[in-house]
Parts: sequence; structure tokens; C-alpha cells
Amino acid sequence: MNTISLALTDSSTMLRRSLLHMRRYPSMTIMLVGLPILFLLLFVFVFGGTLGAGLSVGVQQGSAGRSEYLDYVTPAIILMAAAAAAQGTAIAVAMDRTAGIVARFRTMAISPGSVLAGHVLGGVIQSFFTMGTLLVVSVLLGFRPDADLLDWLGLVGLLALTAFALTWLCVAFGLVSKSVETASNLPMFLTILPFLSSGFVPAESLPPGLRAFAEYQPFTPIIETVRGLLAGDVDAGTAAVAVGWCVLVALVGYLWSRSLFRRDPSR
Amino acid sequence: MNSALPPAIEVVGLTKAFGEHTVLDGVDLTVAAGSIFALLGPNAAGKTTTVNILSTLIRSDGGTARVAGHDIDADPFGVRGCIGVTGQFSAVDGLLTGRENLTLMADLLHLGRAEGRRRVADLLDRFDLQGAAGQPVSAYSGGMQRKLDLAMTLVGDPRVIFLDEPTTGLDPRSRRVMWEIVRRLVADGVTILLTTQYLDEADQLADRIAVLDGGRIVAEGTPTELKRRVPGGTIRLQLADAGTLDAASIAFPEGTRDDDALTLSLPGAGDIPAIREVLNRLDNRAITAQHLEVTTPDLDDVFLALTGPVARKAAR
Repeated sequence: MNTISLALTDSSTMLRRSLLHMRRYPSMTIMLVGLPILFLLLFVFVFGGTLGAGLSVGVQQGSAGRSEYLDYVTPAIILMAAAAAAQGTAIAVAMDRTAGIVARFRTMAISPGSVLAGHVLGGVIQSFFTMGTLLVVSVLLGFRPDADLLDWLGLVGLLALTAFALTWLCVAFGLVSKSVETASNLPMFLTILPFLSSGFVPAESLPPGLRAFAEYQPFTPIIETVRGLLAGDVDAGTAAVAVGWCVLVALVGYLWSRSLFRRDPSR
Repeated sequence: MNSALPPAIEVVGLTKAFGEHTVLDGVDLTVAAGSIFALLGPNAAGKTTTVNILSTLIRSDGGTARVAGHDIDADPFGVRGCIGVTGQFSAVDGLLTGRENLTLMADLLHLGRAEGRRRVADLLDRFDLQGAAGQPVSAYSGGMQRKLDLAMTLVGDPRVIFLDEPTTGLDPRSRRVMWEIVRRLVADGVTILLTTQYLDEADQLADRIAVLDGGRIVAEGTPTELKRRVPGGTIRLQLADAGTLDAASIAFPEGTRDDDALTLSLPGAGDIPAIREVLNRLDNRAITAQHLEVTTPDLDDVFLALTGPVARKAAR
């Protein structure tokens, strides 16, 4: 078997393993998807009435504000769901490390990258599941996207790229962690970062220092692009910055993971 | 054992250090094809490091090693295709069932669907795991996990198997089951490198034993050869009363008497001529011993004599 077909066969075997894990351990997926749903409900029903009124002039507090805010916050919550799924990948990778089965894989004549490839592909699928669930919940709450077919394709592409980037980063977090607990805590900042972006309130409303941070951190262009695509009104420049960030994070995550995985497991 | 075959494992001058700490300090080993070779040593002697290097898990700092004809540095992929490893900590997937674990191995070895299914069923049968095949492995007992672990190692029909402390933490019955499985493997022509800190395990299973201590091989040979290297072995006579003990210690001035236990311990090999000599001397002097006990040196004596700080100092 040549290198490429070996890599494909072994990676698909490892992906099957990752998907079996998710099926056997559904409480993990429920936990990962539960937190963003909780935040969505909290922000729409508790804060939404008031926050929505503050977004634009002429919107009344109460249900009008709430519906306005649901439209505004949905992209941020979808990104939060992607971050949560990536956290699941970090946990799965760390569990593998401590379980010793990866040591067995290393002594087998299999494609060396397939172990991580299985985690990444499984992670992206889990991401799509959590992001999709959140979008459906949003729609059930009254969110109505205004996207055409091209926007939807763009949305799927961007979300896939984002999930891919976050998953690779979290594979590295899982590998660098000495314990499963650390692996679970390390990606926590990814769930917090959307709060410090334009995802929950417009960046212009933030104090100067925080505003600068929010404007230049990766989640802002990604959330803005998702928002634009869902509204059928996307800004190409922002989309390009979003794609750039995703490629950069994916590359860093990949290279870091690769060097960690190649390191002597005994150290 | 077949001496016409090239050795299954050949190690020359293997060294490894973790930072300042030297773990292997020039290890030489030759393991004949189709034999069981035991690497015996106390904790932190370098046993697991040796297995990790030979199974291509980590790289050595120096020295050369060939496993099943493949150089571990130049052709690690070739080595991996011929070996199976069952480590100290069970390398099973706790979230999958026993059958899924074995199927995972079959898929990674590219056995094909039909052949994979056949091998998995065969191994479940052979290891008596058929009943638990559909249960998640996390629900298995320690002994069952270890059996599954070894079964997973065997899916690929490896020619050389590394067993790193395969029975550590198992109850006596499970240990015996493991030993039986290992013996049957060698009967099929597989070569096994076993590490253990249990002397009886090495004694029971191994054709040859190397004693590893402080990163060096301090002794190597068959179990019998090793036992012979250590002085020891006594014939102990149990006598009825103090008077008989006095008479016996006059007859055997080399003996050590124990007045409380009324015993006399005679040094020397506990073989038949030595026992006959003792019995003859007792008869000639008309001394009646109630009981005679022969103790031969066991691997415990070998282990204690050859390893540890005292032995290391004496060797210098």
C-alpha cells in the first residue's frame, strides 16, 4: 500500500474510532452542546430585551428588543459551540495519551499522522453537530436567516474552516496537557473570547483598551462574517481577515501538535 | 529454539539517558528465534526503557539493535510490521467493546473485512472472551483487560512479542492463565522478550534470563546457570533433643547449630550424593535425625546477590 492510501485508510479507521467514542460517551456531547444553549437562552430571555433595545435606535425594550438581540447574538453563540466542541477534542486527545493506547498505535505499522487525523476529523464533525444544534435552537426561538444558497455555502465553508482551526489548536492543548483535567481547562479561554469580541455587544460600545482588543482578536472578523452571511450581506474584506485567522490558527495548531506528537512519549 | 535461524533480537551497546540520568549504560542482548527471554530487574533498572527502544516507541542515544532482521533506527516501520507489544499499562480502548478493540486492530493491520472478522472471532475464542465481547472494556476485570491486551497484540500475527511486566497486578490464577498463553505462543514459533520483577515468572517461562540492574546486564544465562552462580543450598537436619544435636554437631563440624530449634544446617549443594553422604555419616554414628530438609538457591538469592547497591559496590 502506498503512503497516501495508507494514510487515508488508517485515518478513516481512526475517525470511526472517534465517532464510536462520541456514541459511547454521549454525556460529553450533551455537556458540550448544553453550555452554549444555556448561554443562548440566558442572553436572549434575561438580557435580550434590554440589550436589543440598545443596539439600534427605535427598538423598544421587551419582545422587540429580544428578537433584535436574538439575531445579533446567534453568530457568537454558534462560535461558542465550535469552541466547546474543540474543548471536547482536547479532552479526547488527553484521554488517549493517558490511556496508553496511543503507545500501542506507535508500535504498529500504521500511518503516523492517522491518530491525530482521526481526532481532527471527528472533532470537526462534532463541531458541526454542536453548531448545527445551536442554529436550530436559534431558529426555534424565532431567528430567521436571510441567506441565499451562496451565503449558505460560504457559511458552511467558513464554519468548517473555523472548526478545523480550533480543533487542531485543541489537539495541541490535549497533547501538551499532563492530565485530562488540564486538557479540559486549557481551551476554556476559547469559550470566553467571544465575550470580548463584537459577538455580544458592538465593539464601539466597549471602553478604549477592550475595544482595541475586541477589534483585533480573531473571533470578531469570524463572527462578523457569520453574521453577514446569515443576513445575506457579507463584507468581503472582513471575510478575508476571518479566513486568514483560521488558516493561521490551523497552521499553528497543526505544527505544534505535530512536534508534540513526535516527541518521545516518555518525557 | 532453532539455532540455525538468525537471532530474533540483537542488541549491541544500547545507551539511553533522560537528561542527566543514565537509564541504559551499554546493554548487549541476543535473543534466539522461537525462545522466551526474560529481562529481570528491580524497579527503575531500565527494563521498560529497553522495551520502548526495541519496539521503536523511543529512540536510543547510542548502540545498535536489530529486531526480526530490521534495524530499529534505519527501518522502524519494518520493525513495527513484525512486532507486537503488550505494555505495563493496558493499551486497550476503554470506551470500545472487546470485539471493537480487536476489530480496530484488524482494520489498522489492513486484514480485510472477512479475514479480520475471522481472526477476531478466533482470538475471542482462544482467550475465552467470547462472553464479554460485546461489553465495554472499562467493565472488564484487570485479568480480562490484560488478556484482551495480549489478544490485540496477536491480531497481526507478530513474529516477535514484547511483554512488559505482563502479570503485574494480576491475581495468582490470572497469572497462571497468562503463563499458559505465553507458553503456547512460543510453541507456535514466536519469540518473546519478557520483562518481569517476579523471579518465579522468569523461572517458569524463560529459556534465558538477563539480570538488568542500573542500566547494565549484570548476569545472563539459563535459570539453572544463574542459580548455580550463587552460593547457597543447605541440608537441614531436625534432631529430637539436645544430646542428639551435640552428637550430630561432632559428626558434622562444618554445620551451624540452632539450639532452640534443635536443627543443624549443613552447607553445600543439595544433590543426591551429598544427601547420601549425610545419611551415611548419620548411620555410621548411629544418630537418628527426625527430619531432613534440602533447600536449593532460588532466583531470589540470585536477584538479591546480583542487584542493588551492595552488589553494585562489590562489582566495582
